[in-house]
Amino acid sequence: MNSLTEQIMPNVVLTCLQTAKFKTGCLSINLLTPLNRETASKNALIPMVLVRGTATLPDMAAISARLDSLYGARIKPVVRKKGEIQVIGLYADFADDAFIPEERNILEHITELMGEMLLMPKTRGGLLLKEYVESEREKLLELIRGRINDKRGYSIQRLFELMCSMEDYSTDKLGSETDAESITANELTRHYHDTLAVSPIEVFYCGSSEPSRVKAAVKAALASLTRSDEEPDLGTDIRMNSLEENPRYFEDELQITQGKLAIGFRLGECMDEPNAAAIRVFNSVFGGSVTSKLFMNVREKLSLCYFASSFVDMHKGILAVSSGIEFDKYDDALSEILSQLETVKNGDISEHELSSSKSSIASDYRTIEDSPGALEDFYLNQALIGPACSPSELAALAEDITLEEVVQIAKGVECDAIYFLRGAKEEDS
Amino acid sequence: MQKEYFKNIDETLISETLPNGLKINIIQKSQFSKSFAMFATNYGGADRRFKLAGKWIDTPAGVAHYLEHKMFDMPEGNALNVLSSRGASPNAFTSSGITAYHFESTSMFDENLRTLLGFVSTPYFTAESVQKEQGIIGQEIRMVEDTPGYVLYYNLLKCLYSLNPVRDTVAGTVESIAEITHETLYHCHKVFYNPSNMTLAVVGNVDPDKVIEAARELLPSEPGEVPERDYGEKETAFPHQNSLSTQMEVSAPQFLFGSKLIPESKGEARLRQMLTGEIALRLLFGSSSPFYTRLYSSGLLNSSFEYELDYTAGTAMIVAGGESRNVDDVMTELNAEIAKIATGGLDKTLFENARKSYFGSQLRIFGSFSALSQTLADGAFADYRPLDAFEEINRIGLADVQSFIAQNISPEKLALSVVSPVER
Repeated sequence: MNSLTEQIMPNVVLTCLQTAKFKTGCLSINLLTPLNRETASKNALIPMVLVRGTATLPDMAAISARLDSLYGARIKPVVRKKGEIQVIGLYADFADDAFIPEERNILEHITELMGEMLLMPKTRGGLLLKEYVESEREKLLELIRGRINDKRGYSIQRLFELMCSMEDYSTDKLGSETDAESITANELTRHYHDTLAVSPIEVFYCGSSEPSRVKAAVKAALASLTRSDEEPDLGTDIRMNSLEENPRYFEDELQITQGKLAIGFRLGECMDEPNAAAIRVFNSVFGGSVTSKLFMNVREKLSLCYFASSFVDMHKGILAVSSGIEFDKYDDALSEILSQLETVKNGDISEHELSSSKSSIASDYRTIEDSPGALEDFYLNQALIGPACSPSELAALAEDITLEEVVQIAKGVECDAIYFLRGAKEEDS
Repeated sequence: MQKEYFKNIDETLISETLPNGLKINIIQKSQFSKSFAMFATNYGGADRRFKLAGKWIDTPAGVAHYLEHKMFDMPEGNALNVLSSRGASPNAFTSSGITAYHFESTSMFDENLRTLLGFVSTPYFTAESVQKEQGIIGQEIRMVEDTPGYVLYYNLLKCLYSLNPVRDTVAGTVESIAEITHETLYHCHKVFYNPSNMTLAVVGNVDPDKVIEAARELLPSEPGEVPERDYGEKETAFPHQNSLSTQMEVSAPQFLFGSKLIPESKGEARLRQMLTGEIALRLLFGSSSPFYTRLYSSGLLNSSFEYELDYTAGTAMIVAGGESRNVDDVMTELNAEIAKIATGGLDKTLFENARKSYFGSQLRIFGSFSALSQTLADGAFADYRPLDAFEEINRIGLADVQSFIAQNISPEKLALSVVSPVER
């Protein structure tokens, strides 16, 4: 795999991975903005509006027809939360030219269209089209309200919102209903111009084309981009300790049949100089795999649940556990989950548990190189928090993690908050 | 061993049918680190009544899925654990029609494949281990009960079919799984997990000879009986009931509509029907279709709207749905659109574009080894070669699509399932 990372315009960095192993390529253009309550919904709305119409392809039907004619290429608006950085942009995936006998320039066509969406959206009187802004604002509201439809995702989102209430991290990537409701075309147009001028831009390509060809296409597509000297304050504030001595408890009630338990921890000391591979191995030992303490005990031994698993957010230094349980099994599940963390802290980890986790994390890293989408996210993360090495180098690092390193990480972990989504009590009629 | 090169997509399919009836399909991807294997049996949640040695046998709802959970138990430990300890990612799923066991790994593929073939073909259950799983599966059932997508889907099936067991959830109910014992599991394993009723699909950086050799060595050499199944009396072309609604904790009404097709069960006819259906759905409901763009712009639909053609357990149906603040208006618009196509026909340019777009988007499947393996397994069970689709698509004409829509998607054939927010 041939890779290149280069600043191609002021504050615009292009990363190219050239490989012939995929039949589809991807290209993404990402604006990095600070995550905070005031701007989150507006930021999220920008790419949604941009894909509705451009100066030359004024509506959805025209854009979709164009994409269909480019052999089912897709351009999707994307909003990602990376710690306290909100990444907004466009993500395209498209058939590689090699498999389309009669079309040799899909990359150029797609890049041009993305540039047009970003820089020449459909406007009227200098404003983003009111009709599109209002229509997409409703879609955004539907998405925000719709988070409750997935109870597991909702419980995790509520946990972070409550646990990090004093931090920007509490803001969801889509912002909130109240903030989204009031956005006008006027306000969004102003915000769009400001954001476009100051935000660092990360462009990523993975596919069979030469980096020089990609660079030329991207530079042409972004030629009219104007940049300001201002730079936003980007970064994530990592809290090392729990807020209070004992974990805070929060709950909500809904008419559901299964309770959802979500527990949040601060990773603590290991975030001083985070060793990504080691933190991932620790998470795998504790709850991130089917050989983990949580899977083997909470599910297999005690049959308390169908799922009990943990994950880490490396950007923010947070560990979280999520499990679906009977309402009356709350105490049993919580105490088992916390006591399994204690066993990791005490170094009570078998050689089998450690080696399984090391192999599984190494394998996870290696498979990143088998997917354009996974590579895109990997290199975006790398641009934000490092480390500056390839997935296969990280795989090799994971294989060398020791028991002591895992225990050391576990020892710094502090439980900060517990959230339980429980069933509503029967109402009196 | 047969090898066929597909020039238009630059892929080679290696296939072999063993004397015991097992069909093996392999696609080599030497540039990748990962490899994927799927070992599947043509046995799912709907296969509850079957004939064996001349006798009809009835089993409780949820056996196929229960078996899937318990198959990982081996005398020497748990297969999930053995595979994971080598860094592989093993998993399994059960649908109404099939049960599939699979893993992805970046090292020790041959050992992992041997473990997969070994544990799936070797039942090992005890009364205690079977009993213990009830708690876990009970929670899986509870999880599904709170998932609007599942509730929508099964309510739609209950509308479309009057007797066919695809109406019932694959996992069964807390009550039905209480009837399952280790004897039930042994029995159903014996009946359905014989190589004549199974297939192996492998995609990745593998040595095909070793794959075939492992299957030859580890699986029974004799073919088995492929049991006849009873899915109930033949159903009419029309829904059993027109609609079903329920309330759940959702933000806005969720809906799914669909109709039954008369499935082409096997071979090239099946592939053609699938492709014709895919193009028809793309033209009717795709991102550039007049129906979708109009309803999206007017606010009746959002990007959650999806559609698919679904073949399972001897049935076939089209399903489409998403979220809408006004489902009745969506259905009115849909009926108007169908009427318009019936009289005015389909647009030729849109049709050409839909074929192009289908070709390009199908290339994405080569990025997902699990999806590709599953497609190979589906093809093995229904006697067609999925990779032929890239050539066959050019032989589907506008008239084929037109008549597919006329035959299968008319207002009187459609049923509707809705999940609305809880009224307070």
